[in-house]
Amino acid sequence: MSDIELRLTGGIGEGASTRTLVGIAAAALIVALPFLATEYWINAIAVPFLILSLAGLGLNLLTGYAGQISLGAGAFMMVGAYAAFAFQLRLPELPLPLALIAAGIVAGAVGFAFGFPSTRIKGFYLIVSTLAAQFFFEWLFLKFPWFYNGDPSATISLPAGLSVFGIDLNSPHGRYYLTLASVAVLTWLSYNLVRSQPGRNWMALRDMDTAAAVIGVPILRAKLQAFAVSSFILGIAGALWAFAYLGSASVQSFGLTRSYQILFIIIIGGMGTIRGAYFGAAFVSLLPLALDWLFQRLLGGHVDAGLLQNIQKVIFGVLILWFLIKEPEGLARLLQRQRGDLGNRRLARLKIRRQT
Amino acid sequence: MTTPSAPALEVKNISLAFKGVKAISDLSFEVAPQEICALIGPNGAGKSSLLNILNGVYVPDSGEIIFEGEHFHRMQPLEAARRGIGRGFQNNALFSGMSVADNVIAGLSRHARATLLEEALLLPRARAEARRFRERAHEVLRLFDLERHAETTVALLPYGVQKKVELARAIVAAPRLLLLDEPLAGMNSAEKQEIAQIIARLNRDLKLTIVLIEHDIGIVLKLAHHVVVLDYGRKLADGAPDTIRDNPEVIAAYLGHDKVEIAA
Repeated sequence: MSDIELRLTGGIGEGASTRTLVGIAAAALIVALPFLATEYWINAIAVPFLILSLAGLGLNLLTGYAGQISLGAGAFMMVGAYAAFAFQLRLPELPLPLALIAAGIVAGAVGFAFGFPSTRIKGFYLIVSTLAAQFFFEWLFLKFPWFYNGDPSATISLPAGLSVFGIDLNSPHGRYYLTLASVAVLTWLSYNLVRSQPGRNWMALRDMDTAAAVIGVPILRAKLQAFAVSSFILGIAGALWAFAYLGSASVQSFGLTRSYQILFIIIIGGMGTIRGAYFGAAFVSLLPLALDWLFQRLLGGHVDAGLLQNIQKVIFGVLILWFLIKEPEGLARLLQRQRGDLGNRRLARLKIRRQT
Repeated sequence: MTTPSAPALEVKNISLAFKGVKAISDLSFEVAPQEICALIGPNGAGKSSLLNILNGVYVPDSGEIIFEGEHFHRMQPLEAARRGIGRGFQNNALFSGMSVADNVIAGLSRHARATLLEEALLLPRARAEARRFRERAHEVLRLFDLERHAETTVALLPYGVQKKVELARAIVAAPRLLLLDEPLAGMNSAEKQEIAQIIARLNRDLKLTIVLIEHDIGIVLKLAHHVVVLDYGRKLADGAPDTIRDNPEVIAAYLGHDKVEIAA
């Protein structure tokens, strides 16, 4: 035992300064991106990638950290989008950042309410109840014209566009920075939460709920908190998806496919990790683009475009399967392993030790 | 062990059945303050079920629990924790994805006062609380010589160390009654001795009343002040270790042939 300890104590502090440097460089790159990339890259790749990461982050708090499986991510995004629209339309004096927060709170309250079944049911049954949220809100926002302000095509778009305290954010740069700022703040808040008591309660609940209750973890409150916080973040992600990425949205923008997509993001990226949401979103949003590019290069013009699209989907699906078999714990874990993570070496040694 | 003071815990006419199968029938016994009371008996005797009733995981069909003078027909898990009943589980029920320190801190959860917003924004009260919790966790980890494992994920630790983490988690919130379900199971004899010493020390130094289930009779007879023998949900015997060892009914039903040999 002590021999393991000795070998592991070195090397923890090493590379901390290089890591800081890499971090600063990455941050600078992210902030300067609009000046380095084309408009297409910003509009069609960077912004949706960031928003999907945010949505993945929101769902990961609920599913990855608190262990409550949900297929309602799209629904809570939808609530956020329609709430932001309602605030901007009917309370124009409310500045955009506050409207986004208010939309998040509305989505959070809805999530809280839809979290109640989770205090009684688990697993597959809970999936059904979150699925109910999905269908209910698709119906609700189409049924009553008040929600889309009677628009003939039943779509919503911000009456005054995006602007914060008089600064116009409708340009690709503006949309990018609005998204980036929201994602940065919410990531910071989430990071703080998962490392403190609420996060510990969520993980305790996920790993062993009976034991958690017996040692004094307030299970009920922790579950409802997870639903509320997760939906708050999903709600803001939804509002950004509608107005910073799409420009105008409808219930179809947040259908069941979206819920699946967000769930795939956290499964592929890594459940119960903050960075997993980013890895997963990158996989889900960048890989199809890469495949598309590759196919256009290799087969462009020779094969029917529709067929090509279907082949791409098949390959994408096969890649997901292959990847999940290779690394069921997701990209975050895979990358950790590539770096020869301490924990894994320790695990390997312990296994050897137990066998001898 | 006779004490003039009122019992710390009184189990009174408790019965429990699972789908008609009696697990515990009309069981009564008392646990004196600051004693180690061992529950022994064959598998299926209802020992774990009783612990689960004591901290509210199961609801008894009849009977009541009197803990520190208060009567309960049913306990709630959170209520039990709030009243100072700690619990260790039979199969390690640790939070496998969390570090050793976080597992122990989770045991302080009900003392948390900072709100969600304070935690998210790292406001002073949340930070002070986090610091306090971490200090308390390290204090307990030191007691078990676990400090060097504080930041290790529990799933990566050997079983014997995990059992110690579980004990640390059970006592971090300073309970007055500790329920332990086979704390020595699956250990080699050196590890068993170590844990038994820790349990004796918790009892002596922290003045903890302990109710434990254990199969290793040798250790039980040395460690416990009071032994309750269960068989098919009924009480077979109840008394000091010496009287239990010589009880012919106990020998016949549980300890088997002859006299019990006590391993060093």
